[in-house]
Amino acid sequence: MNKLIASMKIALRALKVNRTRSALTMLGIIIGVAAVIAMVGVGAGATARIQDQIQSIGSNLIIVLPGSISSNGVRLGSGAVVTLTEDDAKAIAAECPSVSAVAPTVRGGVQVVYGNSNWATSAQGVTPDYMTIRDSSMMSGQFFTAQDVDAAAKAAVLGETVARNLFGDSDPTGQVVIIKNVPFTVVGVLTPKGQSPTGQDQDDVILLPISTAKQKVLGANKANAKAVGSLMVQAIGPQAMDQALQEMTALLRERHRILPGLEDDFTVRNLTEVFAAQETSAQVMSILLGAIASVSLIVGGIGIMNIMLVSVTERTREIGLRQAVGAKTRDILTQFLVEAVTLSLLGGIMGIVVGLAASLLIAHFAQWSTQVSPLSVLMAFVFSALVGVFFGYYPARKAAYLDPIEALRYE
Amino acid sequence: MSGMAAVIEIKDLVKDYKLGEVPVHVLKGISFEIERGDFVSIMGPSGSGKSTLMNILGCLDRPTSGSYKLDGISVGKLDRDELAEIRNKKIGFVFQQFNLLARTSAAENVELPLMYTDTRARERHERAMKALVAVGLAGQEDHQPSQLSGGQQQRVAIARSLVNQPKIILADEPTGALDSRTSIEIMAIFQRLNREEGITMIVVTHDPDIASYSNRNIHFKDGRLQRDERLAQPGEARKDLEQLPAEQPEELASV
Repeated sequence: MNKLIASMKIALRALKVNRTRSALTMLGIIIGVAAVIAMVGVGAGATARIQDQIQSIGSNLIIVLPGSISSNGVRLGSGAVVTLTEDDAKAIAAECPSVSAVAPTVRGGVQVVYGNSNWATSAQGVTPDYMTIRDSSMMSGQFFTAQDVDAAAKAAVLGETVARNLFGDSDPTGQVVIIKNVPFTVVGVLTPKGQSPTGQDQDDVILLPISTAKQKVLGANKANAKAVGSLMVQAIGPQAMDQALQEMTALLRERHRILPGLEDDFTVRNLTEVFAAQETSAQVMSILLGAIASVSLIVGGIGIMNIMLVSVTERTREIGLRQAVGAKTRDILTQFLVEAVTLSLLGGIMGIVVGLAASLLIAHFAQWSTQVSPLSVLMAFVFSALVGVFFGYYPARKAAYLDPIEALRYE
Repeated sequence: MSGMAAVIEIKDLVKDYKLGEVPVHVLKGISFEIERGDFVSIMGPSGSGKSTLMNILGCLDRPTSGSYKLDGISVGKLDRDELAEIRNKKIGFVFQQFNLLARTSAAENVELPLMYTDTRARERHERAMKALVAVGLAGQEDHQPSQLSGGQQQRVAIARSLVNQPKIILADEPTGALDSRTSIEIMAIFQRLNREEGITMIVVTHDPDIASYSNRNIHFKDGRLQRDERLAQPGEARKDLEQLPAEQPEELASV
């Protein structure tokens, strides 16, 4: 410890002697570390954004859509035929152990009127389970209840976009809006979720009890009054997704009397999986950015090696003298290693500051969310120290194994 | 001097170099002893092998054959780091070009050998101050080499060679870069250290005046010991200095 402190003092003095040279050498490391921190921050920001979006859709979410059926060789598109019903939803909720909640939904475009303003939006008929499945919460008021659904109550929950367009800043709860000439009492407003991963405004929506929606607004299917547009299913956990999928498929096939070998008449989509793939690609991007930035750190390291080699040559006589008065191989090695590491660590610390500043600037001016984690700062710090050790070792070794006689005679 | 144990024992010392394919015999079998507390000058023309001998005596180089015992330790077979330790513990070096670290205070220059021991910072400083006082540089400890005269720089170097309490001080042309007055001052310091501290002094020089201050002159020629003479009456540097016109009385007073 005693010796290490002494070596650091010597190193700092040696670096101070050649201020400009040391500063320029450090600049290489500063740029490298700053680039790593800023780039990893950008990557992490992108990943976090995708994670937020996945969170906004709802966790462990599986969507079941009515599938295509072929009729006399003509294949009809997905959703063309009614194949899912409210009874399917109840059956899944009751019989699939890996499923925690099911919300049947119907949807359609509507014009919502309040006083003299109106707004076109998407109306969704849902059950209270929708809240749980979508991880939604209320900004004001209450969600309608199961009793409201049973009674086909004329209650509406507004998305934030709808509320803002119809009511401005005032609270819509308790007000009455008109949809297709039917008056609905607004019971609450959803907490905004922002854009979906596909770019849709998830707050531009009006939620109605599924019963009321079918009877009064969207109109019931003529063939089957219990038909629904889709089912939102929540599995009991991330690991249960596959199990839930299998259970549901088996149950629906059985209920729809599909013989083995024939295609499903419904489609199951594991949304979490789709967006998890996006998340992975964002992570890959962030690793890639980090790797590219690391190249500049390595270039900075080569700068250190270069300057240390110059320094060893310049100080050959000093090394010879130190050897003559008793410095061992390890003493000289340590001295020059400490000097290289001091250079790289000082550069690393400044690089961290510059990198943090850069990522803040990127976030501010490019409107791009960046996230600098303490881990990436620590990694950059450790990595810059390692660069110092790695690129300082060769010059230090060269110094340590100089022949003292020749070193003393060196002009 | 007789009756004292030898601090340096050299027997049949041979050193060959290879210059390309041709082997050069620099030292061709040298044997002598130097007794503890002696003051020896090693003389000879350039190419006589005295520098090579000096490097071997200083444990900076190893002999090709023959034996060298320093303070009872056979150093011929020691490795790099073991030699470094011997140099650190037993030998003080004084060079012609002083070899002080630039932009480093006199005190820190003197501390240098102690940096490679386990000595604590406070004790290092105390010992460096003591050594600086011993060479008459009290109060100059914060000066950097560039602020000191040649003679003062060489005194710092002598203080540095003293600080680890060595058995021997090896001085390679210590007055080669100094004027004659300063040279005598340096020799006066050597004589005092030799007599008062009992440190064995070995000075390489080609200057007979300088050699006249030692007790024994060993002459080399063509890699062989040519002449080994004990001086009946070595010069007294202190007295010679007094007889010179007093240019720098403050320095004289400190010697």
